[in-house]
Amino acid sequence: MDSWILTAVTFVPLLGAVIAMAMPNDDELHKRWALAVSLVAFGLGIAMLFDFNYDQAGQLQWVVDEPWIDVIGAGYTLGVDGMSLPLIALTVLVMPLVFLYSWSHIPSPGNTKSFLILMLILETGMIGTFVAQDLILFFVFFEVVLLPMFFMIAVWGGDDRRYASLKFFLYTLFGSALMLLGFLALFFLAKDPVTGEFLRTFDMRELTDTAGAGIARSSQLLIFGGMFIGFGVKVPMFPFHTWLPDAHTQAPTQGSVILAAVLLKLGTYGFIRISIPMLPEAAEAWAPVIGLLAVIGIIYGALGCLAQTDMKRLIAFSSVAHMGFVMLGISTLTDFGINAAIFGMVAHGLITGMLFFIAGSVKDRYHTLEIGRLGGMLIQAPRLGWILGFTSMASLGLPGLAGFWGEFPAILSAYQPANGLPVETFRGYMVVAAVGTVLAAGYLLWLLQRTAMGEPPEEFANDPEIVDVTPLEWVSWTPFLLLIVLFGVAPGLIFEVTDPAVVESLNNCLQFENGCDGVADATTAALGG
Amino acid sequence: MLALLAQEVDFVRPAIDWHAVAPELTLLAFGALVTVMDIVWLERGRRLTSSVASIALLVTMIPIVTLALDGEDRVMFGGAFVVDNYALVMKAMFLVAGYVVVLLSTNYVAEGDYWESEYYGLLLSSILGMVLMASARDLITVFVALELLSIPAYMLATWRKRDLKSNEAGLKYYLMGVFASAIMLYGMSLLYGGAGSTLLADINEAVSVDGSPSAIVVVGVIFVIIGFAFKVSAFPFHTWAPDTYEGAPTPVTAFLSVASKAAGFVALLNLLFVGFFGRDDVYEPLIWILAAASMTVGNLVALRQTNLVRMLAYSGVAQAGYMLAPLAVASDVGDAALTATVTYLLVYAAMNLGAFAIVLAVARKTRSAEIDSFKGLFGYAPGLTIAMSVFLFSLAGIPPLGGWWAKFRVMEAVIEAESASGVVLGVFVAVNSVIALYYYARIGLGMWAEDAPNGDTTPIRVPASLVSALAITAALTIAFGVYPPLVSEFDVTLLAGGLGG
Repeated sequence: MDSWILTAVTFVPLLGAVIAMAMPNDDELHKRWALAVSLVAFGLGIAMLFDFNYDQAGQLQWVVDEPWIDVIGAGYTLGVDGMSLPLIALTVLVMPLVFLYSWSHIPSPGNTKSFLILMLILETGMIGTFVAQDLILFFVFFEVVLLPMFFMIAVWGGDDRRYASLKFFLYTLFGSALMLLGFLALFFLAKDPVTGEFLRTFDMRELTDTAGAGIARSSQLLIFGGMFIGFGVKVPMFPFHTWLPDAHTQAPTQGSVILAAVLLKLGTYGFIRISIPMLPEAAEAWAPVIGLLAVIGIIYGALGCLAQTDMKRLIAFSSVAHMGFVMLGISTLTDFGINAAIFGMVAHGLITGMLFFIAGSVKDRYHTLEIGRLGGMLIQAPRLGWILGFTSMASLGLPGLAGFWGEFPAILSAYQPANGLPVETFRGYMVVAAVGTVLAAGYLLWLLQRTAMGEPPEEFANDPEIVDVTPLEWVSWTPFLLLIVLFGVAPGLIFEVTDPAVVESLNNCLQFENGCDGVADATTAALGG
Repeated sequence: MLALLAQEVDFVRPAIDWHAVAPELTLLAFGALVTVMDIVWLERGRRLTSSVASIALLVTMIPIVTLALDGEDRVMFGGAFVVDNYALVMKAMFLVAGYVVVLLSTNYVAEGDYWESEYYGLLLSSILGMVLMASARDLITVFVALELLSIPAYMLATWRKRDLKSNEAGLKYYLMGVFASAIMLYGMSLLYGGAGSTLLADINEAVSVDGSPSAIVVVGVIFVIIGFAFKVSAFPFHTWAPDTYEGAPTPVTAFLSVASKAAGFVALLNLLFVGFFGRDDVYEPLIWILAAASMTVGNLVALRQTNLVRMLAYSGVAQAGYMLAPLAVASDVGDAALTATVTYLLVYAAMNLGAFAIVLAVARKTRSAEIDSFKGLFGYAPGLTIAMSVFLFSLAGIPPLGGWWAKFRVMEAVIEAESASGVVLGVFVAVNSVIALYYYARIGLGMWAEDAPNGDTTPIRVPASLVSALAITAALTIAFGVYPPLVSEFDVTLLAGGLGG
């Protein structure tokens, strides 16, 4: 297979959106069309899974390198390695399921055509971010995601949609504006480590190879800081997380699912693909801060969950906590931790995406997500109740399900962070994170107890609208449930793909200094540690 | 008698490169034609004038294209008139912007029962001033070009003469404009006194001696820059803009906010990059303050506006701030600053003209430019809503729409300076982009997510000329963003006229 496949998988949804704009305004036609387009992208994704050279998972594959904006040396550079492959697979899998779900769940005020077109554009933005190997191209795709999401929340959202959509947009734009400044500084400062000449390139491969060589430490710290805010808002990390509960609560179900399953990963992916490999020295310096904010996020998110009365808002806060585990894994700067983080990203995408689907279906049936008013789901809609139970168990990290392999290794990796990082501090983080898992069990089981168990409350006792899982819901949910089990039983399926790429990204700085560890040692020595 | 004169005056006619001045002459000829048509045909000529004006602008593109294909830099009148790549790019921009303004005006002027022949005649002469400005490398040429473009614009602003607001608009614009001209002229006289020449290249030589500048040079440079700060509506010299924009006929507002502003910038670029380039210790701090203050104040005041045209006026102040920003580091980055500002001007022209086209289209139904009147637009005019979203979010700088590339170039230039002041200015741009997004996105929200006021959802009939204007501006806005080389491939170094040429 040739390199056209990356271009194809990225732009098929956009092409579909453009064609859809020209099609007559027939809802059924548009539903079929959107599903068909996303299935083509899914097919291409499957083809990529088969064609991927797993022995070379650390290397970029199907590389495309064409000129794009010559004046600034930005290219149309695409490539996929083991780090991005699982995330692309996740994206192309989630989208058809979301379109399938849309068959009978177009949120008010309707206008199916626009809703589906926006989601197709969103898909292009998300896939593009994962395949881009040029900082400017990455930035453009990263931002393309904003507009469709903004409109999805603003037009099809809940009662408070205007506030939530603006907040989402402003927060992320603020982050990405600072991130762009960081990219530019990197462009102007990065030098070739051998010849000492300025590189003047946005090519992510070259910038990864130089690993920040020749950039003054103070500049490195500032550049990393700019990117940190950009990616941190997207993750979202404490204290930049406040847009997330609002956005999730107000977004239509499809929006929440996409947000949880894929969009949040753009931030964490930025950390492991750009920030850390390109500026390892600054990463060492920032790692304790990232770790601290991560564990604050874990505890804060969990406590936030315990205080919520709205089911969707609770799941949103649990996202803050889960992404805290992912960030903790990343902050250790170890192979082990970052692998755990990628697994955590995929697992969180499947599990939390599934939870939002359930929340959407509960809302359809009960017309409320007020936890205090719900109850007895296991009696009225037993299968829905059991799916909620199953997904909650996965979310709290029950061994044997996917959530476990995201959380447990992340905590474990904090026991032994990369050389040069303060071991005691990270062990402290580890203990706090472990407490976080207990809290997670607390709020999820409490949620389950209040909504699924007991007798159905009077107001819903004989409500004919409360039916069990419909066939359409089965079709769109089963892949999620199966994968949660599959990855729980065979985590190697992901770890084996990601590991070589992670090792490669951490080893790139080996060529010049004494590797990341050497940099860290030098830093510690300089700081008198 | 004639023979006597010829003997008495020893006048050597300067060599004229007819090809180089062909665009100006073409415009002049067509402007005269429009006037003559009015005199000869009276009422019968009225219907034709807008077509003649648009043909004039298109025909003028021909010599621009041939000059560009020729590729040779042309210098005339001892360096006072220069045709280089930069001048051609700006001339082409003025012509295209002028063409779009004619498209915007066609129905507005005809249906409003205003004087058509004079309107298009004045419009053409104003554009002629702009086209001339792009080539001006001499204080007197700059001044003549400036007055040639401004005086018709004063009259155009007050075209709705039975409307008090329009009179206010024209009068304010006129008084402020004349005041600015006076300050600038005083500054120019000081510079001429110091340099002994009106050629910008000579002035550069005279002012850029090493060491601290003399007081005369400082005052001269500052006064000239302030004069143009009025023209580009930079804070704190922007106060005329909101009132003038609101009161003037909307097509004229579009013209002022894009073409007139761009002409001010062109003059500023000519002066800074040819005339004062060696005196960065004088102009850079001034421009830095103008840039930072314009973007911040413009954006903050725009947040509070309830009228879309006034909001666009303040957003225009902020956009002027972005365009000034690279000039504040011009000595460090050189041509990168020039390129950044030129790129911004081109992209800004497309997206801002587009936004005004939508205001015109919607006002045909609502007879209002209040932001509230745009609510629920998606319900009855989805096409206009999508186009307006493109323009607004492009102004906000969201990829993949053109505005991102313009902002990117600005940020690139200020970061490239690798100085603290540059980085701080970069952070100003970044933070201001977020503030600006708030008011742009709020309009987007109103259009997409709210109900139409009074539940009035009769569709809008958009005339063909407006549709073409929208198609041109929207296509350019998107194309610039998706494939930036379109707006950045040409090499826009400024030819120093007498010096470099």
